[in-house]
Amino acid sequence: MTAAPRPLAAGAARAGATARRVLLQLRHDPRTVALLLVVPCLLLALLSWIYDGSPQVFDRIGAPLLGVFPFTVMFLVTSVATLRERSSGTLERLLSMPLGRLDLLLGYALAFGGLAVLQAGLATALAVGLLGLDVAGPLWALLLVAVLNAVLGTSVGLFTSAFARTEFQAVQFLPAVVLPQFLLCGLFVPRGQMQPVLGAVSDVLPLSYAVDAMTEVTVHADLGGAFVRDTSVTAGCIAAALALGAATLRRRTP
Amino acid sequence: MMNTVAVRAEALTVVRGGRTVLDGLGFTVPRSTVTGLLGPSGCGKTTLMRVLAGVQANATGTAEVLGLPAGDPGLRHRVGYVTQAPSVYADLSVRENLAYYAAVLAPGRARRAARAEAVDRVLAEVDLAGYAGTLASRLSGGQRSRVSLAVALLGAGTGDRPELLVLDEPTVGLDPVLRRDLWALFHRLAADGAAVLVSSHVMDEAERCDRLLLLREGRLLAEDTPDALRARTGAATVEDAFLRLVEAPAGPEGPAGPGGTGGTAAPGGAGTPSARHPREVRP
Repeated sequence: MTAAPRPLAAGAARAGATARRVLLQLRHDPRTVALLLVVPCLLLALLSWIYDGSPQVFDRIGAPLLGVFPFTVMFLVTSVATLRERSSGTLERLLSMPLGRLDLLLGYALAFGGLAVLQAGLATALAVGLLGLDVAGPLWALLLVAVLNAVLGTSVGLFTSAFARTEFQAVQFLPAVVLPQFLLCGLFVPRGQMQPVLGAVSDVLPLSYAVDAMTEVTVHADLGGAFVRDTSVTAGCIAAALALGAATLRRRTP
Repeated sequence: MMNTVAVRAEALTVVRGGRTVLDGLGFTVPRSTVTGLLGPSGCGKTTLMRVLAGVQANATGTAEVLGLPAGDPGLRHRVGYVTQAPSVYADLSVRENLAYYAAVLAPGRARRAARAEAVDRVLAEVDLAGYAGTLASRLSGGQRSRVSLAVALLGAGTGDRPELLVLDEPTVGLDPVLRRDLWALFHRLAADGAAVLVSSHVMDEAERCDRLLLLREGRLLAEDTPDALRARTGAATVEDAFLRLVEAPAGPEGPAGPGGTGGTAAPGGAGTPSARHPREVRP
């Protein structure tokens, strides 16, 4: 018999196995995958059609939305997936096994992050290639921020789903958690011009930084300190949400 | 530290939502034995099993599993727990379900072959080898609960079995032939050294157990072998014995001394005059 791998390697292997399992579940559900990949593209196409007469508006809001769509979609999908895991009893079973709580969440983040690369890649290709979105910065940066947005949605979804007991509650977290961030992320009113209280709130919401980073890429040809700062803050928020998610996941429940 | 006792509980109490679900339980579950946990629905069987699996909050008193406090991280690959509702992924095939749980129990590329072997072994044990590629959602309820059982049989996935199996109503709704086969499997596992704790609300399953824990309204009515229980109460079946224990006031043959396997737990409130009115045990 082979010896058990060291704890860190075992944790990574368990996270990998979890990611594989989540992707396998998705493979058995092709309609969900199709919706995940196609809906953001359709929305972007709709948007460019709406602003057919004023392409500069599409340039201004198209890129931020390229980040907001994956964030929203991944948030919803993750919330539902984890809630299902909770209600089917599989979560309780996993937590009675030698599976680290963070390993489980990392597995989810990996799986949905991988899907996010596909989704963001498709949406970016469509927006830049067909819809004529003007991007000053490099495309890889646009893709990177889009993926970060999606993983942010996943990790925030993992965290908030700990507070949902029913499917109805989980779905309500979308307007409760996502929409305020959407309204305050600077898409409607630039963050600098917001009423001070709202500006301060906007400053502590993770999506604001993700959208700021996206705007940096569209406006500046070379990426400066602001881009690095905004992407770092977004990555930090992902890590914090995952850590909080792991902390709120209870092995023992009443 | 090979001990013959797999589970030891003392004054084990669980209060949930202001209601006492388990009330000062004291008992042991020996290794190499099939122990039945019997009692009507709602008597606390599932809560007790959740305590032993380490997923129940608000438990006080002692619950020692394989020499460690229940829920200790060191127990997570030594205890197999099967919940009452089959906890498997409906959108994965039977083999994919087992492969995932096996990877959680025994991670790493190096153990891939051992895992595949363990998956094949448990598939045969629960008689689902023909359904390996079927989605769990397409299975019948009984088949799905057998997949759930198979997960618990994986053990560490590499051939070493769990030392304690906690099975919450694993045979409910199964075809009699299959039920007989599963009980034979439980006894085989016990003969190999595992402690098998099986709950059921169907009293005739008691006859298949080596030892019994009778539970009612969160209290232990009796801890004994089926034969000793019938002899002591003068009943023909365990179900009758259960009724007599519920209806009898605390008599001299009540609590035997601690330590003996034939010892009875304190009948407590269940035997007091206030609880003397017989209740329907099974609908």
